[in-house]
Amino acid sequence: MTTTLIILPAAAALVLWVVPMNRISAGSLAVLAALAEVGVWIQMLARFDFGRGGLQFSQQRSWFSDLHVSYHVGVYAFSVWLVGLTVVVMAACIAYAFWAGRERARAYFGLMLLLDAAIVGVFTAQDLLLFYAFFEAMLIPLYVLVGVWGGPGRIGATLKFVIYTMAGSLLMLASVIVYGLQKNTFDLTKIGDSGSTWIFLGFAAAFAIKAPLFPLHGWLPDAYRESPPEVSAVLSGVVSKAAAYGFLRIGLAKFPGPSHDLRAVILALAAAGLVYGSLLAFRAPDFRGVVAYSSLAQMGLITFGIFAFNDLGLNGSVLQMVNHGLLSTTLFLLAGMVERRATTGELGRLGGMARGRPALATVLMTTGIIALAVPLSSAFAGEFLILAGVLQRGWGWAVVGAAGMVLAAMYMLRLISAVLHRDPGPSVTEAALDLRPAELGVTVPLIACLLALSAWPAAVSGHSFQRNLGALDTACDFQEFPTLPPNESFACR
Amino acid sequence: MIHRPHVDWFALAPIDALLAAAAIALLAAVLVPRRTRRTTGAAVCALGYATAFGFAIALYVRSPHGTGVVADALHRDRFTALAQIFVAGAGLLATGVSLRERMRDDHVAEYYALLAAAGSGMAFFVASNNLMTLFLGLEWLSISLYILCALDRDLIGGLEAGLKYLIVGSFGSAVLLFGSALVYGETGHLDFAGINSVHHSSLAVFGLAMLIAGLGFKSSAAPFHMWTPDVYEGAPTPVTAFMAAATKTVALVVMLRVLTTAFGQDARLWTVAVAVIAVASLTIGNLAALVQRNVKRMLAYSSISHAGFMLIAIAANNALGARALLYYLIPYAAMSIGAFAVVAARERELSVPVTFENLAGFGWERPLLGVAMWTFMFGFAGFPLTGGFVGKFYAFSAAYRHGWTWLVIVGVVATLVSLYYYLGVVRAMFMRRPEELQLAPVGGSPPRETVLQAVVVACVVVTVGSFFAVQPLIDLAKHASHALPF
Repeated sequence: MTTTLIILPAAAALVLWVVPMNRISAGSLAVLAALAEVGVWIQMLARFDFGRGGLQFSQQRSWFSDLHVSYHVGVYAFSVWLVGLTVVVMAACIAYAFWAGRERARAYFGLMLLLDAAIVGVFTAQDLLLFYAFFEAMLIPLYVLVGVWGGPGRIGATLKFVIYTMAGSLLMLASVIVYGLQKNTFDLTKIGDSGSTWIFLGFAAAFAIKAPLFPLHGWLPDAYRESPPEVSAVLSGVVSKAAAYGFLRIGLAKFPGPSHDLRAVILALAAAGLVYGSLLAFRAPDFRGVVAYSSLAQMGLITFGIFAFNDLGLNGSVLQMVNHGLLSTTLFLLAGMVERRATTGELGRLGGMARGRPALATVLMTTGIIALAVPLSSAFAGEFLILAGVLQRGWGWAVVGAAGMVLAAMYMLRLISAVLHRDPGPSVTEAALDLRPAELGVTVPLIACLLALSAWPAAVSGHSFQRNLGALDTACDFQEFPTLPPNESFACR
Repeated sequence: MIHRPHVDWFALAPIDALLAAAAIALLAAVLVPRRTRRTTGAAVCALGYATAFGFAIALYVRSPHGTGVVADALHRDRFTALAQIFVAGAGLLATGVSLRERMRDDHVAEYYALLAAAGSGMAFFVASNNLMTLFLGLEWLSISLYILCALDRDLIGGLEAGLKYLIVGSFGSAVLLFGSALVYGETGHLDFAGINSVHHSSLAVFGLAMLIAGLGFKSSAAPFHMWTPDVYEGAPTPVTAFMAAATKTVALVVMLRVLTTAFGQDARLWTVAVAVIAVASLTIGNLAALVQRNVKRMLAYSSISHAGFMLIAIAANNALGARALLYYLIPYAAMSIGAFAVVAARERELSVPVTFENLAGFGWERPLLGVAMWTFMFGFAGFPLTGGFVGKFYAFSAAYRHGWTWLVIVGVVATLVSLYYYLGVVRAMFMRRPEELQLAPVGGSPPRETVLQAVVVACVVVTVGSFFAVQPLIDLAKHASHALPF
């Protein structure tokens, strides 16, 4: 079933590239494939045994035996949610692209589906080299998607994006080689943990750039602004989560010592990113800029949760990954919709779009309110868990996190009021229509997911790392999860 | 009655098949009417390579234990056979690329004769078991290539390329010969095993250095690379494709064999030397490729940097390194031939040298070739879904197993730098604005080149297929490397 999730979109992509077809059938095929992918995932979710935990739906075949590399895929409880996030977001983005009408439809949708396969692969790979291969493979479609279909500054944006991410990835490759050959296996379920700070840093560099963490976010504003909106949505909604997943699955689980030693550094970077990103989002002159920098801030928060090193933080960060994935996807798609209507995303030229456009106003308002983490929303639940988790590492971190929540309210409200309220901006004409049914069809399911999660956040947070028996219960379904000193509240019972 | 020595003709079959093809093509140059010379020559050459390919496979299957043939002057083992498979495959593909090359009809059959002769020399070269056959094979393949570079008199720069290659290449051969003489003088042996059986002093080490330099010239590793960009740029593109794939393959394979079998006792010295050459190639190749605007020149520098990657595997001096080299050569050869084939196709459309500028829009105009080039560039850059990724992984793994993490880091950094120019090609082909596009000049649609497209597709299949079918290819390489003393 896991392999089906990877093969299905890849096969659909091949069909799209090989069989000549017109724009409509290409788009329909892509949407169908993406929806089928969601269907497969729902089936997987239904059959996943959360009570048992551990690796499920695993499949393994030898790839090359002399270095003990294999095709090994499978899902843990928490990765089920990330896979779900991926397939849902990809389906929404592909549907949006179909509606928006991208040129050269076959190439475009094929690449989107390939990206879908690669991201699912990252979340399910249980072999270090396979993980690396999927992690890199994400970049191939992304490079072309941004470079061909992006805005006017796309060439520079892609170059920066690729150089940044590859710099990290290749350091990770060095780490993968050293780590795998030292342990004489690349199988993540068998490979033992390592105490080497250098190897950890190689991995951390890749993840910190992809996420991105604070000083390594140079590629982010350009890439998010120049991509087509649905590609920005995938970038910030799912691809960044691949990095957080990497921290969780490899950084924490395989390098308990170094990630413990470097915890303060990473928490500090995450805190800096949280505050700095929020401030930049507050100052950003355009719709996408706000969402882009808020994404930087939110990744800081998620990293907080991961490096809180306890199950509160871990569960919170998984929930927040799903939340933020859905939120930033919706926001980027909305940005695209607003840009189509006003021909610009500059907040100074927008405004007053609520009047006469109730659907747009409702959708943006609802998303914005959830994004600023009002109580009872799923984002609130996620952030609360993260803050509760990080509080155990020191109250200072929790204060920064709480400040981040306040800042989130500031930039989100500013965004909402700049787009919807005030006087109509120069670029907003009477002719700008309300959301069309197709656009609603893309955004409403995403918001429905968010509302469902708001009603029952424990669906994710309670089914990620073992059942929550108590505040200090552990992440035992990671069989090989860190063995920290006893006072670290993480021992497997 | 004269005693007739036993000759294992089967072991010589790939070499002989290509020699026969060369001879028949030469006859065709005289006997066949001018109109049909092109197709006859190409068919004979392709047939020769196909036969050699078949024989090499048969040799591989039937030579699990290495033996010497022709008074131990040549090897018959899987290592040789695998290298001959590479050469024959590359030659076959290069013949396909050559078919529609714009060239006068009067010398076209000689072209194919020389192409077959060069392949024959390479097949001989990789089989060599002593310094004499080594030099003979080297000259045999080189002389054929010198002429091939300069054969097309209408090609601006072709003659220059041939002359440069001749002068610099002869210098390389002379260095190799001098090195051989020193080694022979010191050890009193010509055969590789014999050379290793005596203690080496400084004279033999000096000879070793010269041998490495000589082979470095042929594999276009820095600092012996000076001829590469000019020759690759000036030579007819199919010849360049053949040189990039086959010459480099045989030079590296022979270097691995000579160093490990004849100079096992000096491993402490030559591993360092080869590592230094690898680092130099990576540095010079990558940095120089960054500023190229001519695609053939860029690919020339890229081939220098790839020599560096493969030298990493040789420098590792372990079984993993041998496997890495033999594996890496498969996708590398396919990507090189494929990339040059695409360049050739564009060249024939425009009738001017292909630059980054006039590649603009090519990917959308000719989707098959565009996507293929995309694959080759991502493959050269070592992205997954291509064999280039696994090849680099193996080479770096070998270096790490040797204990040289620094070499892994150097390789990783070099890969990062190389991204800029490889992705530059993709950028040029797909991402330029429509107003920058340079469409093919008026004068009808570009020629339909079914054969060339088939070659490109075959190269894509090998490039991508080698990513998925790693195990069988590694098994091939593993069995082949049993011939080496690991």
